[in-house]
Amino acid sequence: MIRTSVLNKSIINHAQLNIQKRPFVITTALTAIGSLLFSENNRLASQMERGELHNKLTKDNSPREDKPFFTRPEPNFPSHIPLYTYEKLLMFLGSSAGAFFHPERNEFIVALGESTAISPILRRLQTKMLSDPVGRELLRDQPRMTSTSLNLDHLRELPHNSIGNTYVRWLDREGVSPDTRVTVKYIDDPELAYIYQRYRECHDFYHAVTGLPIIIEGEISVKVFEFMNIGMPMSGLGALFAPLRLKKSQKERLYNIYYPWAIKSGLNSKPLINVYWEKILDQDVDEFREQMGIETPPDLRNLRKQYFEKLKKAKKIV
Amino acid sequence: MSQLARYSIRSRSLGLKPLTSQLRFNSNSSGENTTHFGFKTVNKDDKEKLVGGVFSSVASNYDIMNDAMSMGVHRLWKSHFINRLDAGMRPGSNRPLQFLDVAGGTGDIAFGLLDHAERKFNDVNSTMTVVDINADMLREGEKRYQASKWNDGSDRVQFLVQNGEQLDQIEDNSKDVYTIAFGIRNFTNIQAGLNAAYRVLKPGGIFACLEFSQVDNPAIDYIYQAYSFSILPLMGQLIADDRDSYQYLVESIRKFPKQEEFKSMIEKAGFYVPEKGYENLTFGVASIHIGVKL
Repeated sequence: MIRTSVLNKSIINHAQLNIQKRPFVITTALTAIGSLLFSENNRLASQMERGELHNKLTKDNSPREDKPFFTRPEPNFPSHIPLYTYEKLLMFLGSSAGAFFHPERNEFIVALGESTAISPILRRLQTKMLSDPVGRELLRDQPRMTSTSLNLDHLRELPHNSIGNTYVRWLDREGVSPDTRVTVKYIDDPELAYIYQRYRECHDFYHAVTGLPIIIEGEISVKVFEFMNIGMPMSGLGALFAPLRLKKSQKERLYNIYYPWAIKSGLNSKPLINVYWEKILDQDVDEFREQMGIETPPDLRNLRKQYFEKLKKAKKIV
Repeated sequence: MSQLARYSIRSRSLGLKPLTSQLRFNSNSSGENTTHFGFKTVNKDDKEKLVGGVFSSVASNYDIMNDAMSMGVHRLWKSHFINRLDAGMRPGSNRPLQFLDVAGGTGDIAFGLLDHAERKFNDVNSTMTVVDINADMLREGEKRYQASKWNDGSDRVQFLVQNGEQLDQIEDNSKDVYTIAFGIRNFTNIQAGLNAAYRVLKPGGIFACLEFSQVDNPAIDYIYQAYSFSILPLMGQLIADDRDSYQYLVESIRKFPKQEEFKSMIEKAGFYVPEKGYENLTFGVASIHIGVKL
């Protein structure tokens, strides 16, 4: 009796031990054999057998056999860089942070503008342009502005009160050139890209017609004016956030004088994107302003000069 | 009017001048006269100029961009490279070493090597020649040298503008260690660069190359490519205002030969490549290739 139970126990123990050993043994065996079979040397030897290892001196410009994982769609126009939506979003986040802290760096403004000029907004502008005869002409001709296409020397000879002369005098006063406008790259449809490019290039004309300088307050005022008239989101963002970094006196001037002017003027004037600037360069600027409904704001540079002179006098007295 | 004609008129009216429109394209693009510039095909004579343009425009922001793009990992790669080389005149030796750092531009490998030799072996006699084909990058290195401790009047460090494929001012059999970090991928003729390296090294000299290479693991490769093709050019656009140079950078990484192929090229130049010959860093994103001139 005792002997059989002892025997049974030993059989049971043996069976249990076997059951515990088996997965361990199999796994270990597989690992050991696998590492022997698929070692670095064996792997390279198989590659050598298949002819993939030696004599791989291919010419520099032979294409790699494997397709890249990341491909972009084909560009729609020569300067087009098609971006995926997440890239446009990242560009928006990066450039908005950059433009807030460094608005003087053009690359942030450019990237912010193109990432926020989304299709619905540009389509609305396209409809606005298509419903106006001059707008339609603009979309047909698609003129671009450079210093040669505008012929700055000729503009200097025009009568003092003409649009062209006002423009070129403004350019000289501020020390800028029409050639510094960056080409649109990140907007996908060619016609919408042209509309955005036109908006970018006419910016200087808005400065010239309103007389605002390129200092930060002047830029913000023009942006508000543009936003009220044309509706580009970037100008709206600029209007909301850009003044937050200014000094108190600048903010006062902006909020009390220039914002009300810009909002009123922008809303009351006719759409500025439908102006064919190249063809009206010899027109009288006052007549043009009356026609369009644009008021001129007080001269910003003079206001600032007066303010600084007041400060200087105050310091002198004290 | 055909789509293409409209776009060509539009491109002229848009005043566009994409980088390669200034070059003549061979319509048959034979392998003889053309090579790759990133994913574009250009004439071999023009590639050097184009690469020069890229590096002149990135020179001032080079180190900031490297840190931003690799999230600082490039420093780990470079210090591992220097530690592995372990170069320096051993105590008890009577002959100082001659180092040559090619495409060394801003000098980080060069100064790192000298630092390592001094700290580990108390070697203050080995000389360093930093060469780069691009004078702007070299100027950044010289600026750093002026402010560093190596500028002690001992003339140990020399800066030369040289083309790595010829190295005409470097004599044959004159260098003990030849290092090139992230430079050889920009050569028009990589084999010529390797041959020049063989020529200038002394017998027993070591050729060490740290370069971007191909990632083997497809899953990691997928993430790596998505990162390099979409995030890096965006960083270049926002931080350095230069999307095109960083687009060239990621395309040129992809065009560079794989590890085994580059190893064969090193062997073809005459070097003895010790077992395996390359060490992959960060899953193959970068790779250190070693060759010895016997």
